[in-house]
This record gives sequence, C-alpha cells and structure tokens, in this order.
Amino acid sequence: MLGLGKKDITLFAVVAVLALFAPFILNPFPAGSSLAQFNAGYPDLMQRFVIFGIFAIGFNILFGLTGYLSFGHAAFLGAGSYSAVWMFKLLSMNVIPAILLSMIVAGLFAVVIGYVSLRRSGIYFSILTLAFAQMSYNLAYSVLTPITNGETGLQVTLDDPRVLGQTATADGGIPVTNLFGLEMRHFTTLELGPWQFQFSVGYYLCAIIMLISFYLAIRIFRSPFGMMLRAVKSNQQRMFYTGLNARPYTLAAFVISGMYAGLAGGLMASMDPLAGAERMQWTASGEVVLMTILGGAGTLIGPVLGAGFIKYFENIFSKINDQILHGWVAWLPDGLEDLVVALIHPFVGKGWHLTLGLMFMLIVIFLPGGLVEGGQRIARSLRRRKSTDDGKSASTEPAE
Amino acid sequence: MDAVILQILNGLDKGSAYALIALGLTLIFGTLGVVNFAHGALFMIGAFCAVTLNRLLSLSHQVVDETQKDFLGNPLKVDVPYVNDIFGEATGSAIIDWSVPLAILFSIPVMILIGVIMERGLIKHFYRRPHADQILVTFGLAIVLQEIIKQIYGANPIPTPAPDAFTGSFDFGVLLGFDPNAVIYPYWRLIYFAFAAVIIGAVFAFLQFTTFGMVVRAGMADRETVGLLGINIDRKFTIMFGLAAAVAGLAGVMYAPINSPNYHMGMDFLVLSFVVVVVGGMGSLPGAVAAGFLLGVLESFASMNEVKAILPGIDQIIIYLVAIIILLTRPRGLMGRKGVMED
Amino acid sequence: MSKSNVTRRGVLRTGAVAGAGVALPTIFTASSARAFTNEPTGDTVTLGFNVPQTGAYADEGADELRAYELAVEHLNGGGDGGMLSTFSSQVLDGSGIMGKKVEYVTGDTQTKSDAARASAKSMIEKDRAVMITGGSSSGVAIAVQGLCQEAGVIFMAGLTHSNDTTGKDKKANGFRHFFNAYMSGAALAPVLAKEYGEDRKAYHLTADYTWGWTQEESIKAATESLGWETVETVKTPVGAGDFSSYIAPVLNSGADILVLNHYGGDMVNSLTNAVQFGLREKQANGKNFEIVVPLFSRLMARGAGESIKGILGSTNWHWSLQDEGSKAFVQSFGTKYGFPPSQAAHTCYVQTLLYADAVQRAGSFDPCAVAEALEGYEFDGLGNGPTLYRAEDHQCFKDVLVVRGKENPTSEFDLLEVVEITPRSQVEYAPDHPMFSGGSLGSCNSGA
Repeated sequence: MLGLGKKDITLFAVVAVLALFAPFILNPFPAGSSLAQFNAGYPDLMQRFVIFGIFAIGFNILFGLTGYLSFGHAAFLGAGSYSAVWMFKLLSMNVIPAILLSMIVAGLFAVVIGYVSLRRSGIYFSILTLAFAQMSYNLAYSVLTPITNGETGLQVTLDDPRVLGQTATADGGIPVTNLFGLEMRHFTTLELGPWQFQFSVGYYLCAIIMLISFYLAIRIFRSPFGMMLRAVKSNQQRMFYTGLNARPYTLAAFVISGMYAGLAGGLMASMDPLAGAERMQWTASGEVVLMTILGGAGTLIGPVLGAGFIKYFENIFSKINDQILHGWVAWLPDGLEDLVVALIHPFVGKGWHLTLGLMFMLIVIFLPGGLVEGGQRIARSLRRRKSTDDGKSASTEPAE
Repeated sequence: MDAVILQILNGLDKGSAYALIALGLTLIFGTLGVVNFAHGALFMIGAFCAVTLNRLLSLSHQVVDETQKDFLGNPLKVDVPYVNDIFGEATGSAIIDWSVPLAILFSIPVMILIGVIMERGLIKHFYRRPHADQILVTFGLAIVLQEIIKQIYGANPIPTPAPDAFTGSFDFGVLLGFDPNAVIYPYWRLIYFAFAAVIIGAVFAFLQFTTFGMVVRAGMADRETVGLLGINIDRKFTIMFGLAAAVAGLAGVMYAPINSPNYHMGMDFLVLSFVVVVVGGMGSLPGAVAAGFLLGVLESFASMNEVKAILPGIDQIIIYLVAIIILLTRPRGLMGRKGVMED
Repeated sequence: MSKSNVTRRGVLRTGAVAGAGVALPTIFTASSARAFTNEPTGDTVTLGFNVPQTGAYADEGADELRAYELAVEHLNGGGDGGMLSTFSSQVLDGSGIMGKKVEYVTGDTQTKSDAARASAKSMIEKDRAVMITGGSSSGVAIAVQGLCQEAGVIFMAGLTHSNDTTGKDKKANGFRHFFNAYMSGAALAPVLAKEYGEDRKAYHLTADYTWGWTQEESIKAATESLGWETVETVKTPVGAGDFSSYIAPVLNSGADILVLNHYGGDMVNSLTNAVQFGLREKQANGKNFEIVVPLFSRLMARGAGESIKGILGSTNWHWSLQDEGSKAFVQSFGTKYGFPPSQAAHTCYVQTLLYADAVQRAGSFDPCAVAEALEGYEFDGLGNGPTLYRAEDHQCFKDVLVVRGKENPTSEFDLLEVVEITPRSQVEYAPDHPMFSGGSLGSCNSGA
C-alpha cells in the first residue's frame, strides 16, 4: 500500500497515530495536579516536537544515508525562517506561500553550499558546511540587519505592506498567520474530568506536513536512489570504479535535506512569525546532529525521537524551580524535604543543561544505536519473554 | 606601518591561544583517532585552575571592623587571608598576587590527572566507535564539565589578574624608531606568546627526540603495525591524552589574566579550534600550529578600520572565509595527510 | 489564544468537583464566556518570570528571580513587606492581587529570542500566566514583547536598555521601567564634560547589534552637543572574546577618550583589554587618557575587577541610594539573601509591584484595563524619585544615576559609587524624538 512494505506501513501507522493523538499522549497528567509539570501537550511544544522532527528527518537523509556529517544545517533552517517572515511582511499572512518560498530559498542555498562543500569529504566537508553557516549567522546578526533585523530577529509589524492581505486588522492589531482564514493559533480545549487536552490548528498542520515528510523519507530510504546513497556511505571508491559518479547523488541528498530544513524553518515562522539569527548558529546545527545521533542515525524514526527528547528537556526541565520541587516532596519531614530538594536542585531549572549533558553521555555509552536501540532492546526482551512462554524463537531482525 | 606591526603582534598573540588548543586537539585526533569536543572544556578548566588557586590562597577568616558598616548597617566583616597570618601581610599579598604563575605548577598535575581519568574512564571505550558517537559523548562531557564549573563559580566572569609586576605595556615603537606610544603592547600578552612558543617547542622536541615520542609518531602513522611490534600503544596513548589535556590546561591558565574566565569560554573556543585544526590539515602538528598563527594574524588584519571600511563586516567572517578558500584549494588543509578523517 | 479557549483553571476546578464522580466529558468550550486571555477565575493568579538561567547572563537572571520571589512574598503578605509601605499608591495590602494569591512559573530565556518566546509561550499556553516579565537583553525583550502583544497578555520588561524597546518596537501591551540609551547619554554627557573637559576627542567601540548602535548614537549625540569630537566609531563582533585588535589602534588615533558601548561579557573583556594596554596611564593630546562605559551593572563591575576602578558610567539604580523605597528594598532583599540587590533585581521587583498595583487600581486583570491604569501613571517611593509611566510610549521617566567604579570597595558588592543623581527633567525627551521614531504602540490586545 502506498508503495510501502509491510513493516514500513506499520511504522508509518504508529507514527501517524502518535502524531494525531499527541494532544492526549503528551498530557497524561490531570491539569492542576503536581505532575502536570511534566505535561508537554500544549500547542507550542507539540509544534516544536514535529517541526524539529522534520528538521531531523531531513538531516538524517543526508547523514544517515550518505554518512556526510553536515555541521551547518541550521543555515537552511534560518534561511527558511527569514524567507517565510518576509513573505508574511510583503505578501500575506497565508502560510502556504511562506512555506513554499522557504523551501525554495533553502533549496537554492543548499545547491550553492552543497556544490562547494561536497568537493571534500569527511571532516573537511563538516568544517566547510560549518564555515558557511557561521558566516551566515555572523552576517545576519550584524551587517545584514536591514534584511534580518539582527539580534532582535525579523518580526511582522503594523506597517508592513502585505499586498495580498491586510496591513493591520480592524482593531489595530497585526494580523495572524493563517491557512486561508484558518488561524494557526486557534485552538480548542477538551475537558475530560480533571484532564485538559488542547487541539491546535497550527499543530495539526505541522503534524500533517511531518507525516508527509516522513512518508517521503521512507520512500527515499527504500528507493534505488536511497540504495545509491548507502553505497556512497559504505564505499565511495568502489562506486567510482564501477563507473558511477557519486557527486550528483550526494548533492541531491544534500539539497533534499536542506529543503527539509527550510520547510522546518518556514513552519516555525508560520507558527510564530519571528526569525532570529540564533537559528543559524553552530549550536543550532549541532543540536540537529545531536538529535539524530541520540535518536539513532540511519534509522527512520530515531531522529524524530531524538528531537522530541531534546526539546522536552529544554522546555520542561528548565521550568522546574524550587517552589515546584517543594510542592512535590512536601509530604516528607522538613529536614528530609530540604535535603531532597537540595539534591534535585542542581539538575532542574537553571541546571537543565547538566541533566541533558548527562543523558547524552549515558545514552551513547549504554545504547550505541541511540534511543531506537533502547526501544529495540525493550521490544526484544519482551518478545523473548513471550517466546519462552509459547516456545517460539524470537526474531532478532532489527526494526528500522 | 605602526598599525600593521601592532596587528601582527595581536595576530601572533591570538594565534598563540589558537595554536595551543589546536595542538592538543591534533595530538588526540592524530594518535587516538578521537574527535574530542571536550577539548575546549579542558582549556576552560585550566583557566579555572588559576581561579581556584587564587581562591585557595585567598581563603580568609573574618575580622569584625567596628569602624565601618556594611550595607545593612551592621559592623563590617573584613576578610583576612590565612596566608597573611602565616607569612605576614607583605609576603602574603605577594603570594596572592603571583597566583597565576603559581597556578602553572598547580595545573600540570591536575590537568594530567583529569586527562588520564577521562581517557581511561570514557574515551578508551570509544576508540572503535563511529566518530558520531565520539562527538555525542564528548559533547555531553563538555556540557557536564562546564555546568559543574558554573554550579561552583557562577556564570559571571571572574577577574584573575596577572602579577602587578606584569601590568602595563612595553613600547616597541621606540625600539623601531617610531614615536612613543605608537606601538605599545601589554607585557602579559608578550609573555603569553613566549610561553606558547616554549610549550609548542617542548611538545615538538618531546615527540622528535624521545623514544616515547618516536613510538607515538609511529602510532600516528600506522597504529596496527606498531601494535604488531609488541609495543603497548594503549598505555602510551593514555599518557598522550594526559599531555594534550595539560597543554590545553596551561593555555587556559595563562589566558586567565587576558580575559576573565567564565564557564562557557571553552565552547567559545571549541568551534574556532576545530576550524584551525582542519585548516592546518588533519593529523599534522606543524599544520595546526601554522594555521593557528595564520588565522590569528588574518583575523587581526581584518579588524583594522582601513580594511573594514572597504569590506564591512569582514572581521566577523574572515576565519571562515579563509577556511573555505584553503580547503577548496588544498584538499587536506595546509599540511594534512591522506586518509585521516576523510570518510 | 483564540476565541474558543474559554475554560481556565477555575472552570476546570469547578468542573472537577462537580463532575468528579460523574466523569462527564466533552466540553468543547464555547466562545462567549471568556473576557480576555488567561483570565484568572480561581483564587490564585499566575505570573510568568522569564529570565536567563543558562548562558552568559545566568547570574543576572538568578538575581532577577530572587527579586521576583521577594515581590511575590510581599504581595502575598509575607516578609517585611519591602516597598509596599513606601510605594505612593497604597492599594496593595499583602492579600495578593485583588484578593487572589499570587503564584508564579519560571522559565529560561537562554538570552535567545527564539528560546525566550518558546518559554513565554509555554507560560501562556500551559500555565495560564496573565503577565510575563523578565529578561536581560533588548533583543529578548523586544521579541517577547511582540509575543505578548499577539497573545493578549501584559509584558513588564526586565533589563532592556535599547531605545527600540520603547522606540520603534514599542507595543501597547509592553511596559519598560528600566532607563534607556538616550537617557544614559543625556545623564552622562554633562558629567563627562565636567570631569574631563569639553575639548575631548572620543573613539567608540560598539557591539555590532541593535542595542550597541542605539547606545553609540545616543552617547555620540549627547557628547557632541557639549563640544566633544568623535574621531572614530568601530563596530566589534558580539562575543569577540579578545578585543586586542580593536583596542590596539586606539592610542594612536588622536583620540583621548575611549567609549565602550558593550554590555555583559563583551564589556568585561573589552575593558580588561583596554586597561591591559595601559590606556589609562597614557597621555594623549596633552590630557590623561580616559575610558567611559556608558552602561554599567554591578555584575559587570565584578567581572572586570580592578579594571573598573575610576571608570564613569550610568546605571538605573544602586543599592546605596538613601531614599525610603530603596532602603526598604535593600533591607528586605539583604535580610533574605545576605547580599544587596542588583539594578536588574530592583527593576524586576518594581515591575511586579507596579503590575499588581495597576490591576488593583483597575479592578481587573484585563490587559487593556491594566494598560490604561499604567499609562500616564505618576508614582513615588520605588527608588529613583517621582516616576512617570508615559502614556505615549510606555517608558518610565525617573532619575538616572551616574556612577564611578569605587577605588576602595569594602566588599565584592560595594563596587560602584554614585557620582550624580541626574534629575528626571534632564533625561526627558519628546515621544517623537528621532531616535525613537518609526513604530507605533498599536492598540491594546486582550486576546478576546
């Protein structure tokens, strides 16, 4: 079905169910309860999960298949964001032209940077991409301020022309991003007893686009083109001797992955019309590398998991403060309460970086294949238990 | 002309820091084949060795001074360092004044210890893992190290001055026949340059003229054969890692008076030092040093007003621009060897 | 943030009580009931404190957070009440805001526009915060201010010094208590002329981003009007680390004053480097060479150490001020935390009180009502003398301090001495001043 194998269909179905029911899955705790702190099911974070998922899926097409480690992918994300915001400023607040332009601009960027950088391989390639991205960042922050609005980031304002839309709403506000009138920020709340679930238009647009991107990624992974890219990774020399030139394939992969990044950037701007220069900084490029490796490079689902993991820490752990800690352990005797709070304190709130760094180390030490391998191990041990129960042999074939 | 001389001095000075960090990175790359994203953190820890020693020497007990009031109107508590009690006030404050040079002695064993623990405890297990895993684990380690420093010392930069004897600057211009004040350069920065030159020289001499160095060079060239010859290369590599950590640490100690150390200074240098290493060519020590000085000097020239007037913003991108040009004209950087980290 | 998300925690709680046993689901909430974004309907109200907790400004953020916690304590009737007793408006009585207990959530801006907006959004969408405050840089303040305008909540800016925050990027829902670059120039220039003479040649090093540019523009205009000449202005990359290559040419440029338009780590480094080069011991044009740092903070002074001694600059507030409000604040902050508050802490504390007071006076949490209560509001007793929240651009006008790095500090917090308290009249400007032109407040947005 849809040109997918049986296993891929299952995988795609799982991802689709997860994405569409995310508002429920990510809000497991009743609002107002002390564990509600861990709920991630609010529109902004859900949007970030899937947008960075798209970014990481795209990155993985390049890195996971060809092995070329780009350290400058954030440049495409940034270029996409800037073009989308410019579209909102000049054309209209409809997200479709903005997203299209962001992909085109990022694609053009990728053609230029890829054409130059792919003349080298290995770490030389990584540093070339890094250099291009850092140049873009530094210029966007300073000299290019007329285009990028520098440090503050490009925002929509009340005096933008918006030739196809309106400059300002009737009551004097800035119009909001929309899909043919359907506002991105619109959401409804469903209440089930003490639980609250938010369904946001913006999130579902992102989720659907993510599913399409994911589907395309599966097709690319399974296509002859994907095979060719894997061949580049395993032995470029041999490929060359069989009379194949690897460069066009890798360049195509680079451009596709750059367009994914541009799409992610465009979506980010569509959800929240601001484009900041930090989106191009090397730390942002590094983040997508980490997401991909953390989740499991070369696997289909891994990068999405890695993206979710990092964004969860950034947005949830950084918000836990001492007041909340005391709330959790208030049932302990006073002295013990303070001790427990003092012990947890360095790892949450302003210490969320520390927890993230420790998680990076633990995961890569104990799960060499990233989070996907963790999942596989759990699945395997479950299956083994089951198979010893009913006497069948467990399949050890790894899932993608 | 005087401006050009000044910028050459600046360039050499910046280049010293780049070269020292890149040297350690290349040692680790070249011998162990490990991409060490925690190398910047080692530089940072070196700088904090100076801070720590300064704090240790300044350890004080409080004496209440009834004549002065603190901000809440209570009698002021004045800190009196213990060294003053032991050695008297003059010697005591001289010792604290000289804490940065003293920190060189303090930092060498500390850094070697940290390096050896890192290699034995963590890096060793990643020799055969993909570079991507090495990046992830060392990046995680770098974050952990800098967060620990942040928990102890806070995020604000901590002033760590050089001894009073080295404050002020030296007037080069007079030597060269310029007007006074035309070419002046701070003493401590001159010392930093000389110090870097000595360290770089020592590392090269060590690798060139000792048996140990010979084995390590052989290991860099062909690890398997050296292993087959029955030489315990693992042990040598541990020492190598300790040495690289010490070089990074020393670069950090001496850098502390130039810019007040803060917990993220390592990350700020990390990316630049990778660029330096790669421009120099993977696996080449002379390449790393040469690239460090080259980029330092070019960066300084690019920040001259005359240059910026023609090319606005050039000082922001010069390093990356040069890196791109060099990598496109010389496939393996300045002096890189074939086959190192090319796949 | 749209019309239909009516329900708030209060509805939820009532629902929870009523429907706990029945588990009656599905209230796809209708669109009529809600008056404005995150209307607090229970017996508590949630404020969002969005400060840098990681990155270079983490210590400043930590101090802001301390001030917020103190403000919440005082609003809820805890502690010694701090400035509540000195505040000219006496409508706050320690029973929370309009009888609702004040609760708060915290987040990390990372001093990045993106991260700051993400954090603020989570406070608005998840925690139902009705006001967002904090921040330690102008880029972040402007970005979050824009977000709050779109979302329909009030933004009470923390530390932000760029003219743009209440200039071309001003917003109807955003309010700034902190002073700005223009005021720094207006306050500092006369003191500079008095101390260093009117015949001076200045060399500017400026951080290459929006705040740096407005700062340079302001100082340049203010000093030139008093007879100074500007020899050169040089832009330096943000986070340059080592400023030696920008400092080295200064001495030979014919200038006899160096103005460092840097903030935070950049300022610490550039000042340290300038002192290393011995600029302060040199003579130029027959005068002593001097360095000026227009915007100071105590944390920066601490980072610069010895180098800061004798350097002139301006600051929003300092704990050594002797007015009743400042004394009360320093007393309660010092008692709770053991050291005096920074200027960032002061602004954040005051902003929280001002918001609470405005709500109380307006009798509503509705952002439009609160904004109306703040606009054109005159108050006193919160430090810096009588203060006006100007209606035209939502900028506070109050006395500005000119300070100097102290020669003999008695502790690590006693680093600055106040040289002059520049009266408010001297730093005022017209709302349509060219340095602030280009934007408009727009209309207030309550999210309804």
